[in-house]
Amino acid sequence: MSDTPQPAPKGQEFEQTLDQSDTKVASFERKHHTLLERIQHVLHNNPTLVPVIVLVISLIAFGLIAGGKFFSAFNLSLILQQVSIIGILAAAQSLIIITAGIDLSVAAIMVLMSVVMGNLAVFAGVPSGIAILIGLAGGVGAGAMNGWFITKVKLPPFITTLGTWSIFYALLLWLSGAQSIRGQDIDTEAPFLKFFGASFNLGGARITLSAILMILVFVVLWYMLNKTAWGRHVYAIGDDKEAADLSGIRTDRTLLSVYGLAGFVCALAGWASIGRVGSISPQSFYEGNLDSITAVVIGGISLFGGRGSIMGALFGALIVGVFRSGLRLSGVDVLWQVFAIGWLIIIAVAIDQWIRRVSA
Amino acid sequence: MTTPVVQARGIVKRYGHVTAIDHSDFELRPGEVLAVIGDNGAGKSSIVKAICGATIPDEGEILIEGKPIKFNSPIEAREMGIEIVYQNLALSPALSIADNMFTGREIRKEGWMGKYLRLLDKPAMEDFARDKLTELGLMTVQSIKQPVETLSGGQRQGVAVARAAAFASKFIIMDEPTAALGVKESRKVLELIQDVRSRGIPIILISHNMPHVFEVADRIHIHRLGKRLCTIDPKDYTMSDAVAFMTGAKEPPAQDAG
Repeated sequence: MSDTPQPAPKGQEFEQTLDQSDTKVASFERKHHTLLERIQHVLHNNPTLVPVIVLVISLIAFGLIAGGKFFSAFNLSLILQQVSIIGILAAAQSLIIITAGIDLSVAAIMVLMSVVMGNLAVFAGVPSGIAILIGLAGGVGAGAMNGWFITKVKLPPFITTLGTWSIFYALLLWLSGAQSIRGQDIDTEAPFLKFFGASFNLGGARITLSAILMILVFVVLWYMLNKTAWGRHVYAIGDDKEAADLSGIRTDRTLLSVYGLAGFVCALAGWASIGRVGSISPQSFYEGNLDSITAVVIGGISLFGGRGSIMGALFGALIVGVFRSGLRLSGVDVLWQVFAIGWLIIIAVAIDQWIRRVSA
Repeated sequence: MTTPVVQARGIVKRYGHVTAIDHSDFELRPGEVLAVIGDNGAGKSSIVKAICGATIPDEGEILIEGKPIKFNSPIEAREMGIEIVYQNLALSPALSIADNMFTGREIRKEGWMGKYLRLLDKPAMEDFARDKLTELGLMTVQSIKQPVETLSGGQRQGVAVARAAAFASKFIIMDEPTAALGVKESRKVLELIQDVRSRGIPIILISHNMPHVFEVADRIHIHRLGKRLCTIDPKDYTMSDAVAFMTGAKEPPAQDAG
């Protein structure tokens, strides 16, 4: 504003010269934008571009190093299958991180709810469909419990979910008696629990339903975040919670819904994990919390909230999967896979910081 | 006499042993710019907060257009057409201008897409935002979709004022709108205030800037020690009179009905 000349000179005496004032917008002598600056600018406007580029480059690189066996339809579909569970968890984690929170309990909710579903369907004789519904509702409840502590008791998300991580983990050990539910028992008693383990062939690729579920979860959440008022509110809260409050968003209610929804998505991942793993093991996915955060961070979603697209987390999960698969097929020891993922995280956050410093 | 837009009588608000508002009155008349001035800690923000629902008074009554009302939150006040421009503007920097103008009252698409899928009508919101900014002569921004963080301080203030002007049907409260602005930007905001008044929407202006107050205000509410000391017409008094009343250096004039 204010670069149009004022009509009638009014106001204070010292302002009388304002209408003759220079109407040029502040502009500075500047040299041509360097290529790097222009790249920085484009990336600032399209934060999801970084993980997409990294994904494409790593696909090409591993294709060259590991050759045909990496680029086979079978191997690529295997990567999709392997990342599906962590991918769904990363979707839930993204929701939380966009609100400038963090959820350390996602994997614990997931495994706890898979144990609930398994116990009910396999041992208690509850019909599978109902057992699954109870498990999904339990996920909403567990997420809402996190949300309640964060919004009503005003605890920081990190502390809340650090606590509930242990609580949920202890509960799942208690419910399962630290025993796995064997695959055969699930097959005979409640095969529907393994629904997402089913797969079909598509030109040499083996597509599992869990991979399709993952993509579906991302598409639905992307729509909710970008095309609905609720989604705009989620971003506004992550951006500046106080401003969101003042501009009329019921922030506590929205945050509660975010945690509840994230819990639901975790429980959904729990159901899918039964099909993916083939059994229900209380010890599975112990590092799922951190893996989901890894995918979100590599996907370019800011840990400070309010910035980044949820699709970034999908690409982040795929990048991790591609690295693991590519390094394994290149005959690299597992420990170096972990090493590489560690560097990926640090580089991803460094790039994120660099993009944020863009001069508009 | 016409019914005042806001009339508050005997408002009291205590925080523990501290009395922030001590049996204060308040009145906003239709179509006017009412400036509220007072020393730091005089409680001018408190009285205005009580009117818009941000604090709930312990005693006293508030009438909006003659009807008694009790707000429990600023959201309820907003639903009645009372808009507030906060000093910190309450904008979300990473969201677009259009998104910011509609936070909390987004427009959904018509038909089933809006009803069941809750799809937002972004083109409609962008058109509306562009119209409103153009109306107020603020459409110097490149794009209505650009994030608020790319705007200058004055432009951000413009967006916040445009948002309030677009949705206020009763009145607008502005808290120190020129405090953080340069000379040119301040001028623009003062023009905006007059522009909004010319549309018949009354404004409550909280400010420390005496020249600005004396320029745009129709009446000045002077707040001292938790209550309304007096209301003066800026044409009858000088700035130094106002400061003298405000600080207690001079006895206030005998009050009429005002």
